[in-house]
Amino acid sequence: MPSRDHAAQQQQAVARTVRRTLLALVAMLGFAFALVPLYDVFCNLTGLNGKAASQARAAVAMEIDESRWVSVRFITQQGQGLPWTLEALDEQFRIHPGGQYSARFVFTNHADYPVRGRAVPSVSPAEGSLHLRKIMCFCFQEQTLAAGERRELPLVFQVDPDLPEGIRDLTLAYTLYPVTTPSSAGDDGAEHSAGGET
Amino acid sequence: MASEQPRKAVLQASESEGATAGGAHVGEGHGSAPRGMLRWLLTTNHKDIGTLYLIFSLSMLFIGGIMALVIRTELFQPGLQMVQPEFFNQMTTMHGLIMVFGAIMPAFTGLANWMIPLQIGAPDMALPRLNNFSFWLLPVAFLLLLSTLLMEGGGPNFGWTFYAPLSTTYAPPSTSFFIFSLHIAGISSILGAINIIATILNLRAPGMRLMDMPLFVWTWLITAFLLIAVMPVLAGAITMMLFDINFGTSYFNAAGGGDPVLFQHLFWFFGHPEVYIMILPAFGIVSAIVPTFSRKRLFGYASMVYATGSIAIMSFLVWAHHMFAVGLPLVAELFFMYTTMLIAVPTGVKVFNWIATMFRGSISFEPPMLFAIAFIVQFTIGGFSGLMLAIAPADFQYHDTYFVVAHFHYVLVPGALFAILAGAYYWLPKWTGFYPHEGLSKWHFWLSVIGVNLTFFPMHFSGLAGMPRRIPDYALQFADFNMLSSIGAFLFGISQLLFLVVIVKCARGGVRAPACAWEGAVDLEWSVPSPAPLHTFEIPPQTRDGQIIR
Repeated sequence: MPSRDHAAQQQQAVARTVRRTLLALVAMLGFAFALVPLYDVFCNLTGLNGKAASQARAAVAMEIDESRWVSVRFITQQGQGLPWTLEALDEQFRIHPGGQYSARFVFTNHADYPVRGRAVPSVSPAEGSLHLRKIMCFCFQEQTLAAGERRELPLVFQVDPDLPEGIRDLTLAYTLYPVTTPSSAGDDGAEHSAGGET
Repeated sequence: MASEQPRKAVLQASESEGATAGGAHVGEGHGSAPRGMLRWLLTTNHKDIGTLYLIFSLSMLFIGGIMALVIRTELFQPGLQMVQPEFFNQMTTMHGLIMVFGAIMPAFTGLANWMIPLQIGAPDMALPRLNNFSFWLLPVAFLLLLSTLLMEGGGPNFGWTFYAPLSTTYAPPSTSFFIFSLHIAGISSILGAINIIATILNLRAPGMRLMDMPLFVWTWLITAFLLIAVMPVLAGAITMMLFDINFGTSYFNAAGGGDPVLFQHLFWFFGHPEVYIMILPAFGIVSAIVPTFSRKRLFGYASMVYATGSIAIMSFLVWAHHMFAVGLPLVAELFFMYTTMLIAVPTGVKVFNWIATMFRGSISFEPPMLFAIAFIVQFTIGGFSGLMLAIAPADFQYHDTYFVVAHFHYVLVPGALFAILAGAYYWLPKWTGFYPHEGLSKWHFWLSVIGVNLTFFPMHFSGLAGMPRRIPDYALQFADFNMLSSIGAFLFGISQLLFLVVIVKCARGGVRAPACAWEGAVDLEWSVPSPAPLHTFEIPPQTRDGQIIR
């Protein structure tokens, strides 16, 4: 026969279990949101998803490995909702790791009003993105183009000589996206490129 | 906590009257019970709520089934005949969402509500009012989801996996409603899981240790922990979608510094444990039925428990095998390939245990056993095609083809659904007091087996030949396979009407079932009368080794 005490004990035990499961629940919800910054950290460490390629790095005097050829290709892609085109004037480079190279890109605004946009980079294979040093790039900041403006912008880059042996081709893709948020990131980006040029 | 009042009242009542299990206390000490609609709306009784869950999931099965038939009608021949591609996409999406969240998951929760208190000798679930709430969230969620079909721009059309940016930047305006409905359904499952954990851990009959519990209870305990662990991740992911759509954030938007691949990681971190949520309770049902009709004890009880636990733990380490083609580093491809293959080990333990249970048993082939055996065979086929998909280099060919469709339908339809049907046939005598009509049940079984295999087996071949999934039209060389699949789908769909007939007939009458309806059945639910009275085990039974002692 269950006593009144037994019932009360059981109630307490149920309440304890519910509290613990609720705690686990909240922890897992927190974990889901924590995964967003964790994923960024992970990608920066491994070079996945090309985000490492949107940070400026200082030029370093490196030994040029003349025995090795790497081909670097540029692809540009039209994002939705931006009346721009982006053209790579130098579509492909045959380079030696360690050397410093400059590629020219042309932005054109086809609209009859000023537009803000941004080119978002991605590198494949992803392992290569850690060994690609961008010293100056239009992708570090957003651009504002006047109506009908055509602007030529450079990309200055180096490829580390310690690029893994298996990689013979690097592909850089730039996708154009409109910028809709109010400006403030612009200053930030300018600092980046200034830092890169020194 | 919500349950405090009613249960105390029941205990007092039974103490004073010395009543045993019986249907006398319908009102739970509150005076007369509400009748008609209100009885179902306000019920806190685990059997009533279990019935509601089961009826709900059956109606969702038919709604999702009609959508599947729209898909198969369009695919009967190459070319566009019946529906527009936009509507076709809404059908594939809604079919998946409704079957996963509306049919399979609530069916298991319904079985849990009905059977777990009976199997552990508890008077009810630990939190009966919460139980009522978690059920009534479901009709709200799915009415909302279905109503998106009538909205401007149509319902969700991005597949049940709702990959961003297809489900954010390019989604129809109704997507926020889809997100809300998924939130509500998710809350319902979470509350159900909390209730199940609280019940199993605290309300077991005196003398019942964890390792004495029937395997259905064990598998559900582990499933409930999986739900607690991954439903919040789904909730987080769809909340981020909601923010991306409505508040200009860029979690999954590359233009603003986000990453669409992050969505896939979040989704499958939820999604892979989710597929085990849909299969572990099925393992429990089959582990109850196979020993009963083999008239032997279950072979390797402890190994079954440990296998279930290890499948659950490993389900958190394999999610990216859904993303082999997304551009993972080689190390990640290998890691997820090996962990995925490793899951075949505990799953194999289960399959061999069932076979060993049947070995030299005195087997009889009543409808529950037929469905259980069909489950073992067909689930194993689905498991093998899963192993093929786990091979990362080969997956690049299979990815997003009908081979994948064949694989997950084999584990979910002739797998999970057949186990639910087996469970329904097994426990119907306990629910209604009558045996289901044997002839009709067997017709239902054989037509279902033929229909389901005719539908899904040819999909292996069309997939290997390169037919992509989620398309309304296809190249001519796939025509014959698709015609067979469509014929099979209609056979399978129509034969489910037989199941409806069997249930209605069984509820109305038939051959009377005794308390222990099946000869070899030993679990606690068979010690209460058939049909089970509204209130059972008001005085917890003393048990030893899972059996009641006098």
